[in-house]
Amino acid sequence: MNLFEALRIAGNGLLANRLRSALTTLGILIGVTAVILLVAVGNGASVQINNQVQSLGANVIYVYPSNARGTGGVSQGFGTGQTLTQADVDAINNRQQAADVVAAIPIAQSGGQITYGNQNYFAPTTGTTPAFPTVRNYTLAQGSFFTDDDVNARHRVVVLGQTVVDNLFGSTDPIGQTIKISRQSFRVIGVFASKGGTGLGSQDNVVVAPITTVWAYLTGARGKVISQIVASASSPSVVTQAETEITTILLQRHQISDPTQADFQLQSQQDILTQANSIATALTLVLGAIAGISLVVGGIGIMNIMLVTVTERTREIGIRKAIGARRRDILIQFLIEAMVLSGLGGALGIAVGALLANQAPNIPAIASSNFPTPIVSVPSVVLAFSVSVAIGLFFGIYPANRAARLHPIEALRYE
Amino acid sequence: MITLEGVTKTYRMGRLEVPALQGIDLHIGQGEFVAIMGASGSGKSTLMNILGCLDVPTSGRYLLDGTDVAKFDDDQLARIRNRKIGFVFQSFNLIPRTSALHNVEMPLVYAGERGRTERAREALGSVGLADRVHHQPTELSGGQQQRAAIARALVTNPAILLADEPTGNLDSVSSVEIMRLLANLNAERGRTVILITHEQDIARFAKRVVELRDGRIVRDAMSAA
Repeated sequence: MNLFEALRIAGNGLLANRLRSALTTLGILIGVTAVILLVAVGNGASVQINNQVQSLGANVIYVYPSNARGTGGVSQGFGTGQTLTQADVDAINNRQQAADVVAAIPIAQSGGQITYGNQNYFAPTTGTTPAFPTVRNYTLAQGSFFTDDDVNARHRVVVLGQTVVDNLFGSTDPIGQTIKISRQSFRVIGVFASKGGTGLGSQDNVVVAPITTVWAYLTGARGKVISQIVASASSPSVVTQAETEITTILLQRHQISDPTQADFQLQSQQDILTQANSIATALTLVLGAIAGISLVVGGIGIMNIMLVTVTERTREIGIRKAIGARRRDILIQFLIEAMVLSGLGGALGIAVGALLANQAPNIPAIASSNFPTPIVSVPSVVLAFSVSVAIGLFFGIYPANRAARLHPIEALRYE
Repeated sequence: MITLEGVTKTYRMGRLEVPALQGIDLHIGQGEFVAIMGASGSGKSTLMNILGCLDVPTSGRYLLDGTDVAKFDDDQLARIRNRKIGFVFQSFNLIPRTSALHNVEMPLVYAGERGRTERAREALGSVGLADRVHHQPTELSGGQQQRAAIARALVTNPAILLADEPTGNLDSVSSVEIMRLLANLNAERGRTVILITHEQDIARFAKRVVELRDGRIVRDAMSAA
């Protein structure tokens, strides 16, 4: 019996019970749609996270102080060390020692209530040097960034991110206005162009001031702490070399001979990207697995219907056996029926899922939120289709085998 | 052609052993038209199942075309049924929602043979259904359905045609029609026909009558007609 005959017989059987076949197919259709859609959302989230991390600056390397150790060797927690100095920053900025580093900047963080008129808002204040926009990949939408003079003279000037501007000023032009951070007055001299990042780590929720100003007016008793150094490599391909150069400089400057005892640690954008990707992949897998459950439920639906079909068509099976169908012929016939059901559901499910994923950005509620744009990937389509056919095969085997094992005489006698 | 030697068949019903056939010796030659008669419970259905290779005897030998099929497994029996036996059933047993043509093609599909459509048309033509090939079973009268079933039985050119109460569900006019058709197939084309029936009128069409009672042959005689 060739495949075409088998398909024709299967199609005939399925068309005999159109509503039942359609409902069974619907079970698989919904499962596959869910898989396609949820995996697409996971992919979209992955791309979104990637873009966000990329927007931090593609070639960026972070240098953090290691956990400070007390006299008893007790670790005092991440970032508590105070081992980084302005001299370290200057050394990294020395092109002879670090040929692959474009620029390095010190960062001093301070939190504080920001007020303008009767508006108030909370955002971290970053103290740094004029190379900040270059290193962190910011551009200015309005005004200008502060200069070395501002740093040397501890001028109380700030550059704001778009989110801060939106929250404090509304429609007022912020340039030249005075805001208060922890009750100290600062003049706004510039506004960064929005980076479009969202959520907690938003790149638009920033207040940047000269590091000396932050030390003088905001960090208070903590003194001239540099919480991290941010350096940017000249290209993504030399990030590793740049990291080696920075490590060498700092080990030498801190007089540490054993790299495992270093009092600082490096993290590159690539490291962060790798971590973000592994989180996104896990998310996609979890979403896919949840959707996969509905696919299994659909498969059980197929098995159920195939068992009913085999019982109903016992007599037909008897006739076929009497005129010469072997076990294998009957087995293949019912397996193909199950696989046609599930394959059809799979194909339609892919179409519906892809359509929904495509149309999702056009739904106002989704367009206005931060919901990631779903991205249907080819592997997920291929996988969903093969899995749905495989489910037909898996859940079809038992009913088909039951049909194939029927005894012809008893099957013929069945009413 | 067909030789049964000491064939017995015993059914088990729980602990009870029910003997359905108790030693049947029978020879049927090429081109014969035999009616097997008997009341219900006489064992004629069991005999027909064994002759039709739907079942195997508990003991004894069954030589069909020179091969002993008594020990064949399911798939080997399916092959024998497909190639050497054509069934005609009381309730026609055409496959529903399937045209007469596809029904008649079916044995050829399982045999994996070529030129199925032409051969199926030819077979339908030979039973006078040339103009009904695309009709489904529900669109055919009882007599037409039985003729389509005969066409299906003939299409593989089998060694024997096994008709189990072929007129049981038909009115008397159609019954005579079907019996004439079977008689013609035997007389003009030399087909071996085995007919199972409990009706004297129908058995009269056959040339030889074998009568069963309680699983034994009690009479084997040439028909008067």
